[in-house]
Amino acid sequence: MRKTSSPTIAPSEITPRDMYFGRRRFMQAAAGAAAAALLPRGLSAGENLPGVRTGAYVLPDALTPFEDVTHYNNFYEFGTDKETPSRTAGSLKTRPWTVSVEGEVQKPKVFDVDELLKVAPLEERIYRLRCVEGWSMVVPWVGFPLAELIKRVEPTGNAKFVEFITLHDPIQMPGQKSSVLDWPYREALRLDEAMHPLTLLVFGLYGEVLPNQNGAPVRMVVPWKYGFKSAKSIVRIRFVEQQPISTWTRAIPDEYGFYANVNPDVDHPRWSQAKERRLGEFFKRPTLMFNGYAEQVAHLYAGMDLRKFF
Amino acid sequence: MRPEPNALRAAETAVFLAALIPLARLAAGAALGTLGANPIEKIIRTAGYWTLSFLLITLAVTPLRILLRQPWLVRFRRMLGLFAFFYGTLHFTGYLVLDQFFDWQAILKDIAKRPFITVGFPSFVLLIPLAVTSTDAMMRRLGGKHWQRLHRLVYVSAVGGVIHYLWLVKKDIADPLRFAILLTVLLGFRAIVLLRRRARAVSAA
Repeated sequence: MRKTSSPTIAPSEITPRDMYFGRRRFMQAAAGAAAAALLPRGLSAGENLPGVRTGAYVLPDALTPFEDVTHYNNFYEFGTDKETPSRTAGSLKTRPWTVSVEGEVQKPKVFDVDELLKVAPLEERIYRLRCVEGWSMVVPWVGFPLAELIKRVEPTGNAKFVEFITLHDPIQMPGQKSSVLDWPYREALRLDEAMHPLTLLVFGLYGEVLPNQNGAPVRMVVPWKYGFKSAKSIVRIRFVEQQPISTWTRAIPDEYGFYANVNPDVDHPRWSQAKERRLGEFFKRPTLMFNGYAEQVAHLYAGMDLRKFF
Repeated sequence: MRPEPNALRAAETAVFLAALIPLARLAAGAALGTLGANPIEKIIRTAGYWTLSFLLITLAVTPLRILLRQPWLVRFRRMLGLFAFFYGTLHFTGYLVLDQFFDWQAILKDIAKRPFITVGFPSFVLLIPLAVTSTDAMMRRLGGKHWQRLHRLVYVSAVGGVIHYLWLVKKDIADPLRFAILLTVLLGFRAIVLLRRRARAVSAA
């Protein structure tokens, strides 16, 4: 498989750390990390993830500021406003946390999240994130390809799809007290999509442990699909034979399909998808087929009518 | 009981200044850069929210006047209605300039294809003749009856505006539902008054 299509990012193009943290933030993070080192617990939000190397996929695009990435979130488990999750997600306890990998696999296993973190080396990848609502970001994620985990649990011949299920606990996730969606949140990928080297199991962003509002402690990132396909705060990963019904597809089937590939030619029923606003920019930019990852992923959908399988 | 003219004027000034608070907050947010990650969306949404709010407040004047038996309340109606138009203009130009930047092709497609815009656009356009004919001179020129008939368009605009909001949100309809319930109450009051008046007319005849 092709390793990369984007030119490798030059060190001079990377936003300096002090520009997106600021000295004060850095001092707080350092103090937090020092305190954390004394406590017998896992990593928590704000701490740096150790041993992260630069991954194969990095964009030359300017990064969306840390502040915007962490304060503009669609995460209905914490409220339906985009500003709400950053205020309400503090109630989520990300340690201890386990992820059960089950279903059509030879070696099902319940992973402690700190054990899961060590399944493969962590890398930083800079991906575009395109929301179905017409805005986009550029985020430096930290994680490893989901394929690394899938190989370890050895799917059986019956495994055709992989389903991701988010924590269901209205005490920790106050948005779940409202029945605005069917909880828990479910998303799914075809097995070949899940195995694709771009598909990332994510534990952090900007070098830090994921903030709760961004899907701590572990989430998916599938950069050629609309953001809602990337499940957050995952507790179960199931390998199944039948195509699962995703939460948004169940809620509004004619607006949110199973594939949800970024596609400027297929409008959302309520708005055009031809353009998008990159956060921080005034003029809209044209949306790219498969969010700009067509060279890597178009073959997955060869011969499919993407209007029908939207 | 009718308030003193001075008190009434002071109240008018107070209402006028209060109605400018949402604008002042947006302007301050824009100047300080505190409108969040997507300030364009914030401006358009906030202006839209206050358009609907002022439409409903305007429509509340008549029921309040009748229920409280305070005819002087009507003095505030024109100003409140004009604020609805003002925030509506901000909402619409926000969409036209900040969101689409005069991309007429995209705008026409939106109006034709997206139900929430198909309904929202005429709801705003209908407010223009009402704003234009809001002066005393225009009232006199049109004559009371015609003027009143024309200004009943505000009901159409308010209903359209609430549907526009309902169709915009994807799943959490709590906010638009609040507007819808309030509007139903305000229009329901008028329906009851109308039916009673008719019943009285019938029994008198």
